[in-house]
Amino acid sequence: MRQDPVLEVEDLHTHFFTRGGVARAVDGVSFSLHRGEILGLVGESGSGKSVTGMSILGLIDPPGRIVSGAVLYRGENLVAAGEKRLRQLRGNRIAMIFQDPMMTLNPVLSVETQMVETVLAHDRVSREQARERAREALARVGIPSPDERLAAYPHQFSGGMRQRVAIAIALLHQPDVIIADEPTTALDVTIQAQILFEVQKLCRETGTALVWITHDLAVVSGLADRVAVMYAGRIVETGTTVEVIDHARHPYTHGLLGSVPSRNKRGEPLAQIPGMTPSLLRLPEGCAFQPRCPRATAACLALPPLSGGDHGWRCFHPQEAAA
Amino acid sequence: MLVFLIRRIAQSAIVVAIMSVLVFTGIFAIGNPIDVLISPEADELERAAAIARLGLDRPLHEQFFAFAGNALSGDLGISFVHGVPAVELVLERFPATLELALLAMIIAVLIGIPLGIWAGLRPDSPAGRIIMAGSILGFSLPTFWVGMLLIMAFAVSLGWLPASGRGETVDVFGIPFSFLTADGLKHMLLPALNLALFKVSLVIRLARAGTREVALQDYVRFARAKGLSPARIVGVHILKNIMIPVVTVLGLEFGSVIAFSVVTESVFAWPGMGKLLIDSILLLDRPVVVAYLLVTVLLFIVINLVVDVLYSLLDPRIRLGGAKA
Ligand SMILES: Nc1ncnc2c1ncn2[C@@H]1O[C@H](COP(=O)(O)OP(=O)(O)O)[C@@H](O)[C@H]1O
Ligand code: SF4
Ligand SMILES: [Mg+2]
Repeated sequence: MRQDPVLEVEDLHTHFFTRGGVARAVDGVSFSLHRGEILGLVGESGSGKSVTGMSILGLIDPPGRIVSGAVLYRGENLVAAGEKRLRQLRGNRIAMIFQDPMMTLNPVLSVETQMVETVLAHDRVSREQARERAREALARVGIPSPDERLAAYPHQFSGGMRQRVAIAIALLHQPDVIIADEPTTALDVTIQAQILFEVQKLCRETGTALVWITHDLAVVSGLADRVAVMYAGRIVETGTTVEVIDHARHPYTHGLLGSVPSRNKRGEPLAQIPGMTPSLLRLPEGCAFQPRCPRATAACLALPPLSGGDHGWRCFHPQEAAA
Repeated sequence: MLVFLIRRIAQSAIVVAIMSVLVFTGIFAIGNPIDVLISPEADELERAAAIARLGLDRPLHEQFFAFAGNALSGDLGISFVHGVPAVELVLERFPATLELALLAMIIAVLIGIPLGIWAGLRPDSPAGRIIMAGSILGFSLPTFWVGMLLIMAFAVSLGWLPASGRGETVDVFGIPFSFLTADGLKHMLLPALNLALFKVSLVIRLARAGTREVALQDYVRFARAKGLSPARIVGVHILKNIMIPVVTVLGLEFGSVIAFSVVTESVFAWPGMGKLLIDSILLLDRPVVVAYLLVTVLLFIVINLVVDVLYSLLDPRIRLGGAKA
């Protein structure tokens, strides 16, 4: 048996009560994460990935609210935890990195200020010690001459370097879990590859588990141990990376794989999933993918359950398992 | 920075030159000071002598060049009424106006920023709505009317605060200031509040708009995800960002506070430049009016310069130049 998971999300429901109606952005999501494990959370834009990540840290603001479910950090339910306890854990045991490196660092505060405050928020150390920790963290993520760079302001860094700073901040307390919300989407491919490689290495070194949120299955295939595919607030397929990528069963996963350039034969047009991501306010009855699904039948007007087993899918007519 | 300064000073010189022409001709069009200055019983001869003494018999352009030449050496003429150099008269009154305006600005910031941030963080809460309604009132109520209300409430009915004069002053380098004595501060409070009213509303709106915008930024979300306390997020991450527009606008508005003090000083009989201006206009004391206007123009220019420098100090993106990336 493996150790107990560091993070378990159980039947999480996060809804937004907007004027137009209730948007069920996260509608029954479950997964678990072990020490050092990397989970790829994949789905088109609007499928509820970010809301899942923010829910874990208790950062959902009105009109949104966690309606039901549990987030267990080492067995402690964070949904029931008070704000003070959540603040102790945020950035300390569970850290988060966001998508746009141009916007995640405060433009009017120096990198040193933004790093030192993170250390001091959780540890009783001197300013000097905090600075030293910040310097080490910058060095660890591959920022040259960290001493000088500490005094710099965000606008003096390139996009890739800014994201490294954000990662360094996330690593300051050697957290148990990092939730990375599309941190490389805004970067160009080479820098993306470098950062992916380094984050993977750092997490392996420190035993940090990672939830890597992305809309790009290609990114996940080289990085993650397990993959969860999200559609309209639900996980529609989950399993090991090999199971999900090479033996995908859900038609939506197939659609996503079809739109990954590297998996298409050269010269063939890029396959696209027909149709649009549905508005959460007007979801179809039953399987939410049904209006876009090539395999849909009348049966799909009911909600398909997540099939059991380590490799699970939520579909009445799954694709045949590949040989 | 040096090039920037030189360019700004050159621009300013042009502005001052144009202003002095406008002011001079503008003032010339108003009434005839002789009617006010010389008693109706004076005979024709005395009148002519007075006109010649004041230089009012010469053609307009000659008067202007004489004025401009003197102005360059800092001489804006002798007050018709007080018989002392007009500039001296204005500058003598300047500290009183300055301390009043500064206290008004401090009040505006101390009241406006917290209220504005509060309203910006909770725009839909009852408190947020009340603050906004209050700021609309502050914008629309006439200064003199609020000034009278303040006097009626705090000076007449309650008797807590004096309603006129500067109170006890203390000399610093030979310049009298009120803010250094308890009695002086008491005298300042009502006029400063009155003068601050409009700016409080302005600061509330700026701070509220800034807070609403900044609170949605990713860096605020990231700050929360780092586990920072709300006090640190609001007091450092949000405040530092909203201070940039607030300081800029307030700095630029400082000139208008001094201009508005004309009304407040009259209501509260505060012996500053503004009251001097009103008195001088009533007495058609041209040199003093001209001196007031030119000193104010210079003041505006200096303020703008200081604001630009402050602005760049607050914003590292400007202070340190563009992105290296
Ligand atoms: N602040 C909000 N107010 C209302 N609805 C929201 C809000 N944030 C997210 N949502 C809803 O949640 C859905 C999922 O959002 P998100 O998790 O950001 O998707 P993504 O998978 O692209 O990260 C959105 O399509 C939207 O309907
Ligand atoms: S349940 Fe039906 S509609 Fe949904 S994915 Fe499976 S086949 Fe398609
Ligand atoms: Mg997202």
